Amino acid sequence: MTDILGNDLNLQYELLGPEIAVAVTAMLVLFADAFRKELNLGRFALPALSVVGLVIALILSALWIDENEDFARLVQVDNFTTFFRILFAAVTIVVIVGSHEYVSKHVSHVGEFYSLLLFSTAGAMLMAGARDLLTAYLAIEVMSFSLYILVSQTRNDTRGGEASLKYVLLGGVASAMLLYGLSFIYGVAGSTQYSEIAAGLANGTSDVELPLLLGLALVVAGLGFKASAVPFHMWTPDAYEGAPIPITAYLSATSKAATFALLLRWFAGPLLPAIDDWQWMVSAIAVATMVVGNLVALQQTNIKRLLAYSSIGQVGFMLMAITAISDETGSALLLHLTGYVITNLALFMAVVAFYNRTGTEEIADFRGLAQTNPYLALVITVGLFSLAGMPLLAGFLTKFILFQSVVSAGFTWLVVIALVASTVSLYYYLQVIRHMYLYEPEGDTSRWRLTPTGYLATGALFIGVVWVGIYATPFYTVADRAIAPLFA
Amino acid sequence: MVENDAYALLAVFLIPLGTAVLLMLVPSRERSLIIAVTAASSLAMFAVSLYVFLAYDFNGDQFQGVKAWSYMNDIGLLGEEGIQLKVGVDGIAAAMVLLTGIVIVPGTWVSWKIQDRMKDFFILLYILTAGVFGTFVMLDMFLWFLLYETALLPMYLLIAVWGSTRKEYGAMKLMMMLLAGSILIFTAIFAIYTEAGLGSFDLVDLYAVDFDEDFQKLYFPLVAVGCGILAAMFPFHSWSPDGHASAPTAVSMLHAGVLMKLGAFGIIRLGFQMMPEGGEFWAPALIVLGITAALYGAVSALRQDDMKLMTGFSSVSHMGYVMVGLGTMNVIGWTGAVLQMFAHGIMTALFFLLIGAMYDQAHNRDIPNFSGMAKQMPIWTVFFVIAGLASLGLPGMSGFVAEVHIFIGAFRAYPVVGGLAVLTAAITATYLLRMFSQAFFGEFNPRWSELKEITYAERAGATVLAGTILFLGLWPSPWVDRIATTIETTIPGVTL
Repeated sequence: MTDILGNDLNLQYELLGPEIAVAVTAMLVLFADAFRKELNLGRFALPALSVVGLVIALILSALWIDENEDFARLVQVDNFTTFFRILFAAVTIVVIVGSHEYVSKHVSHVGEFYSLLLFSTAGAMLMAGARDLLTAYLAIEVMSFSLYILVSQTRNDTRGGEASLKYVLLGGVASAMLLYGLSFIYGVAGSTQYSEIAAGLANGTSDVELPLLLGLALVVAGLGFKASAVPFHMWTPDAYEGAPIPITAYLSATSKAATFALLLRWFAGPLLPAIDDWQWMVSAIAVATMVVGNLVALQQTNIKRLLAYSSIGQVGFMLMAITAISDETGSALLLHLTGYVITNLALFMAVVAFYNRTGTEEIADFRGLAQTNPYLALVITVGLFSLAGMPLLAGFLTKFILFQSVVSAGFTWLVVIALVASTVSLYYYLQVIRHMYLYEPEGDTSRWRLTPTGYLATGALFIGVVWVGIYATPFYTVADRAIAPLFA
Repeated sequence: MVENDAYALLAVFLIPLGTAVLLMLVPSRERSLIIAVTAASSLAMFAVSLYVFLAYDFNGDQFQGVKAWSYMNDIGLLGEEGIQLKVGVDGIAAAMVLLTGIVIVPGTWVSWKIQDRMKDFFILLYILTAGVFGTFVMLDMFLWFLLYETALLPMYLLIAVWGSTRKEYGAMKLMMMLLAGSILIFTAIFAIYTEAGLGSFDLVDLYAVDFDEDFQKLYFPLVAVGCGILAAMFPFHSWSPDGHASAPTAVSMLHAGVLMKLGAFGIIRLGFQMMPEGGEFWAPALIVLGITAALYGAVSALRQDDMKLMTGFSSVSHMGYVMVGLGTMNVIGWTGAVLQMFAHGIMTALFFLLIGAMYDQAHNRDIPNFSGMAKQMPIWTVFFVIAGLASLGLPGMSGFVAEVHIFIGAFRAYPVVGGLAVLTAAITATYLLRMFSQAFFGEFNPRWSELKEITYAERAGATVLAGTILFLGLWPSPWVDRIATTIETTIPGVTL
């Protein structure tokens, strides 16, 4: 089949297998929920169905390892796409396994919850794979629209509605900016295809300098919003605080990783010829993000808000790699992203377990957790230390490799700022640890245990954090292979 | 050392790490099992570290027991050798391994008194120990730094949970200052790797690189200050007395005894050995800071009432000597510096052990509150006097051997500094003798008639440490041989 320009199109639908599997599962979940009474479904049915669909998607993704083909010139299935497809499927599985108890207790519409989570995952997968600006834009919207609704799904908590409204309004503005920026890029380069944009920009843009700059600025702003980079981060703390905790975890993992997948695709590919025009913007945003994120985190009293600001700070570190883009920084970024996602999920799954028991998310309420549940206190401590970049844990190794690659690319000053910011971050992480270990528990001081799935999710992630920290070679190898097609 | 001794070097930091993992599996109510495991583990560490020290052949190669296992290579920015698990020791590291092996034994024994969460305490303490041992034996810059940071990580919880007096303040101050130092070390490591362009973190390969002189002059101070913070280098020493005062006994012992030496060791490993020209250029600054710390620490110790604070400032003063020794850039001064690292480690561990033994009973350690303790606790007093005499450099004690080397080296390089160093020794004598006369002798204060003599575990631990002090004081050649040959033949820029 050919398109109207006469290009041959490859319509092998197997290439979209994972996305199709996830989307079909999402619809099945919706139907199953509608006929819940007739089908006599237990409370494990919907999460189980979702996990099965995701596992199928994971297997279908793995089939394309080391392949490199495009679907109808819209989606490129290479190791980069495969890496993110597997990552996103895995994240969603972990989120569902770790928090189904929370969902059944604290979420208002359970069927819609799982279904939208799956749609969002499909969108995230497409974001990583897109090779056309419009496909990418649609993928972003699929992911974001699901998230707008998901953020509001807390039962008996008005913060969810407020958070969702803020998120949707600001997100709408960001999307508009992004789309406007993309239209400038299209105007300058003459195509929406990544490969042709690169060629168009490489041909010389001296007579269209201003529109190009405007386009890039709008794109950076739009994606900066999605990645919650300063100064486009305002929605993040509110959305994180108001959303159900699993969604906060998902926002901090998948939504962020998908945005970085897109950033890598765009800035290492089509927009690379215009590097002089955007490099300074991204580096300025990186500095602002790591400084503001880590400083504002110092005064938070709610664990979700604290982690929101800490994740903003982390985004600043990751943006350094975009500034200094190369295959070395790219693979370092993928490694860091992997470590960050595992660590953040470990933390959030622990917070979910804590909330299930206590119904609170204030840092002061973590008092004495080391005595009432030493295991959970250990998981949280390890997660926080890993985020702070402490040795033997994921954060040290991945940050070290990331920072080293940025220095090797000639941005020593950027890394010095990052190191200072990273040290500041340890201070507020220690505040949480202090509450858990130094003080006596208040109120109910009896020991308690997690649910079996709670142990499963936190335990697996805990092992992941230590594994990446002690022997990250397999992860780094995978990251290196995933980044290769972008710089081929 | 034969090639297979690499496994001894590997064992020396895998034993504490393995013990920490093992302890996680032991239920915390099984106190006697925990005590048995830690007793066995501490003796094993001592045995292996003694073997490492004795097996080091001072007529052989610079680094002995060298062996590398591949860890991460040919990925991303890493080249063929990339990051390797590479172990090996020179004479300096061999002495430091022995120091750690000696201090951890009494450190473990005195901690069996801990009632509250003893298991967690030992897990953290052994992770710290693994980091210390690992830093001394690792010959890969990445893993070297990873283990260096591993040694710092457990400090916060160890002090904040099990400490005394202003423990939260002390712990946070210590942590933030040490990590601020890490920023500088990180930066230097990134810069060294990039500048060398080898794609490898192998220290031996990096030593062979001839770095540009301006590069060395720029980055040497980063290493010296970054590691210097851990070595309580003036003016970045202020965490040290507070940290030591608030830490639990075993942590003070290990921290003042061993961890501070890690800082000085880092200055040698990443500073002088990596960037000799930078080291030569900045050596005078090191001397000035060193002698300032020595004097300032001694004068401050004069004014302290709290025994632990006094010992803390005394540590600042003694670590100042180490900096002076390194700054002299001659073999005798350097030998003195490394000997001082060893001697001070043992002596200060003994101090903290004894003060801890006292504090556990009296819950008080202000010197003016005590008098005539020699009548009530004669054994305790004897050990304390031995530590004190070593500290003020009495001949026949470890401190004398170390200090005399430093003084000679300093007189050779800068006679004024030598004079000031001797003055410091006089002040040290003053504050120690003042304490002896106030607390140990004179009329007995009946308020303390309830106090018992120190326990057998403490006596055994103190004997180990006091024995080492006398051994090194009376027969220093096993140390001097190993250390001086290493320095003479392998440290660039150091002259006779």
